[in-house]
Amino acid sequence: MTRQQVTDLYFMEARSKLIDLAAFLDRVERAEGEEDFRVKAFRQALGELSKKAPGKARKALLTFSDPTIKPIAKATTKAACGAWPGTKSANSGKAGGFPRCLQNVKSPV
Amino acid sequence: MRYIEPHAHMVSRVTDDYVEMVTAGCQAVCEPAFWAGFDRSSVHGFYDYFCQLTEHEPKRAAKFGLAHFCWLCLNPKESEDVKLADEVLAIIPQFLDRPTVLGIGEIGLNKNSRNEMTVLEKHIDLAARHDQMILVHTPHLEDKLKGTRLILDALKSDQRIQPERVIIDHVEEHTVQLVLDAGFWAGMTLYPESKCTPARAIDIVEVYGNERIWMNSACDWGVSIPLAVPKTALEMRRRGHSAEAIDKLIYQNPLKFLSQCSKFKLTL
Repeated sequence: MTRQQVTDLYFMEARSKLIDLAAFLDRVERAEGEEDFRVKAFRQALGELSKKAPGKARKALLTFSDPTIKPIAKATTKAACGAWPGTKSANSGKAGGFPRCLQNVKSPV
Repeated sequence: MRYIEPHAHMVSRVTDDYVEMVTAGCQAVCEPAFWAGFDRSSVHGFYDYFCQLTEHEPKRAAKFGLAHFCWLCLNPKESEDVKLADEVLAIIPQFLDRPTVLGIGEIGLNKNSRNEMTVLEKHIDLAARHDQMILVHTPHLEDKLKGTRLILDALKSDQRIQPERVIIDHVEEHTVQLVLDAGFWAGMTLYPESKCTPARAIDIVEVYGNERIWMNSACDWGVSIPLAVPKTALEMRRRGHSAEAIDKLIYQNPLKFLSQCSKFKLTL
């Protein structure tokens, strides 16, 4: 497909998703409280989108990913929350690696 | 259109799903052992589940003209309990000779813990000792990259494992190259929210090629779409992919991989 054809096929869908992302950030910023690590990772991933280099989806996924290499000591939950908390416990291989406040976060199966 | 659904948890689906899959051109469905959504309380629960996968579900599928196969294991979500895992692994061999069992799966990791790694290695050893093919689940979201690396290390460190007889499922843009470069097959799971959307899965094929790769719906009791594979085929057609290219991805590739098990036949 040509660049024009790809644009014709996917632009409206992508535009819609972009506005949704913008509205999500507006919603988060209107709400009270501190921004958690997921939103920080989200903003970092967004930064990848405006770069001209290829592999944007891959790089966005990497910004959310646990970069450590050792297994954690124990799984204290079955759920994933979408972004690596980057906590000391996750890095050290101690149990958990998952914030207590997110124990009930909905996770894909 | 014809296709093979290489990863679907049909015990969680209704008969309408079977009807729609067959209507859409599904020729066979393969069901890896899965987490029930709650932890089973003992090995007896697994025994019953393996009977369901090897006896009841093939009969249910056959009523709709569909061949049904399965993979057996204790799913990574229940791997933290190593004692239970040992008990479950001990009963698996008695099921391996059944006519619709393709191998060991979906094994792998969930939260990348030490116990999960131990149980993964035990499953790999079981597969090697019984000359079984392997289907691997990779973790979700932020845990996927690390888990995929750990899984690849575990598989590559066992010299008995032939990469061409192992499919590593749920790859995304940041893991697919790792899997293919190591000589394994890669599976893309088509989900509405997590894993791959149809558009992204097709992107991956366009970037990384159509060899040693398949697509699946992994439909289960959660948010998932049993017709995700044929719907993605329609999306490929919209992008101008040829009928031959679509057939290779959704039919010939899974057929090639699964036919390494002599029990995989498309006739009922």
